[in-house]
Amino acid sequence: MRFSRWLADRWVMGVALLVLGYLFLPIAVVAALSFNRPSSRLSYDFNEFTLDNWRNPCATSDMCDAVVRSVQIGFISTVVATVLGTLMAFALARHAFRGRSGINVLIFLPMATPELVMGTSLLALFVAGGVQLGFWTVVIAHVMFCVSFVVVTVKARLSGMDRRLEEAAMDLYASEWQTFRRVTLPLVLPGIVAAALLAFSLSFDDFIITNFNSGTTVTFPMYVWGAAQRGIPPQVNVIGTAMFAVALLLVLATTLRGRRARRAAVAAPVAAGQAGGRS
Amino acid sequence: MTALAHVPTGQSTASSPPPAARSGRYRFLPYLLLLPGAAWLFLFFALPLLQLAAASLYDPTGSLATGYAMTWAFSNYPEALQAYWPQFSRSFLYAGIALVLALLMGYPLAYAIAQKAGRWKNLLLVCVVAPMFTSFLVRTLAWKTILSDNGWVVGLLRDIHLLGPDGRLLATPVAVILGLTYNFLPFLVLPLYASLERLDYRLLEAASDLYASPVQTFRKVTLPLSMPGLIAGTLLFFIPATGDYINAELLGTPNEYMIGNVIDSAFLVRLDYPQGAALSFLLMAAILAVVFVYLRKAGTDEVL
Repeated sequence: MRFSRWLADRWVMGVALLVLGYLFLPIAVVAALSFNRPSSRLSYDFNEFTLDNWRNPCATSDMCDAVVRSVQIGFISTVVATVLGTLMAFALARHAFRGRSGINVLIFLPMATPELVMGTSLLALFVAGGVQLGFWTVVIAHVMFCVSFVVVTVKARLSGMDRRLEEAAMDLYASEWQTFRRVTLPLVLPGIVAAALLAFSLSFDDFIITNFNSGTTVTFPMYVWGAAQRGIPPQVNVIGTAMFAVALLLVLATTLRGRRARRAAVAAPVAAGQAGGRS
Repeated sequence: MTALAHVPTGQSTASSPPPAARSGRYRFLPYLLLLPGAAWLFLFFALPLLQLAAASLYDPTGSLATGYAMTWAFSNYPEALQAYWPQFSRSFLYAGIALVLALLMGYPLAYAIAQKAGRWKNLLLVCVVAPMFTSFLVRTLAWKTILSDNGWVVGLLRDIHLLGPDGRLLATPVAVILGLTYNFLPFLVLPLYASLERLDYRLLEAASDLYASPVQTFRKVTLPLSMPGLIAGTLLFFIPATGDYINAELLGTPNEYMIGNVIDSAFLVRLDYPQGAALSFLLMAAILAVVFVYLRKAGTDEVL
């Protein structure tokens, strides 16, 4: 009886951990394969342990060029999408205006449309307009599908904000610009940073839309796609593992910082306003 | 469909009503703030859809080199559907099976994190998102290793005679469906978690105090209360899964190709733009139809 009680309480957690195992299995395999010396170009099986891939990640120089290009495209797209999206989020969260529902639909639809449809339609437009496909058409496409995610993320932060803090600043004779610069912006910044990180990861990892609009420009996902037919160099797994590690460190650092800030807020009520804003 | 819009942040925001319109020099400010982003979305999202619609009605005998003539060739649609009906229906079949599998795995996972994890909640949540930190394609290729004919999964299944001695997983529908389930599972779990997290545990206690069995509690309390997250998650899973062709290409063979593979080759290999455009539009229309019927059945008009 006691055992069945224990089981009834725990089985959901057990299933959950199994599912997490399923989610992490491929990551473990990618990490393991980054230390593999494959037996042949087209082999996907583990053969022999080696550190060569990590010592020499750019052995296939095409791949590193593709990674650099993906970072460039990701960086430009992120900056543009974050600026455009943040402006839109401020308008939606802070202002009343006609045509709000139309704008909401325009922001929502790109998130609900299959990538395939967005990619092919943009290609149809570029071809009809005689636009040469390449680096900049990829940037245009990436900004397009990142903007909506930025708007949603920043808007969530803005609408969860305490408006009274701004009113207090104004009451204390801060000008509108000072209020924005010293109160509003620091409070919204975590939302903007989160949105930018999301935009960068979406851009860096995009394959389907890029595939239709890149012409001869090769991004990292495009390189992997092409290499899958010719045989994958093991360095691809080095990049995959490194990406995972960097992103995980970033997230853990943010979580830890948030936790420390919260602890500080408990310890020193005076600091609560500042620290809570940064968490 | 605002229920979907809040999903990426994992939290619902019952947004406060926007302040009343201000007069004077602020009247045009919102439009000024909106202009660049809205223009970008109009030019590179809305306008292309119109162009795609136009391209789907071009004269199919034209070519990219000689140019296409607009002949309002509505016959492109039935012809494309007839030629690629197997791939078209397969997309929905595979995505549907993957969705069922993902629900069976994702619901317990979301529930456990939301209600049972206690202080480990944030860590487990990071674990759900973490696999997405590596490249989609690299992750999918890892399944090639896991499901390989020499791998331990196939070995084990052969030993317990679930697979014949020459049976394989790679290059079968099983591999493609497993890949789809795996790749889009986090999109299902996150909104579901957001819904279940707000579920008041006392309601479950109340149900069992009133002699509801665990199954009854789930059916009458937990499930209805998690409906918004369930619907949002289902759509976020199903829409990209139907349009995906990476899993079919990397883990399957042409026998497992989905409609995405056909559209990809129509635009990039065969250069048959009218057909590719027609298929793209059919895919979007079919997804919208499925979503609409589903939302009607689920009976939650307020999420729209």
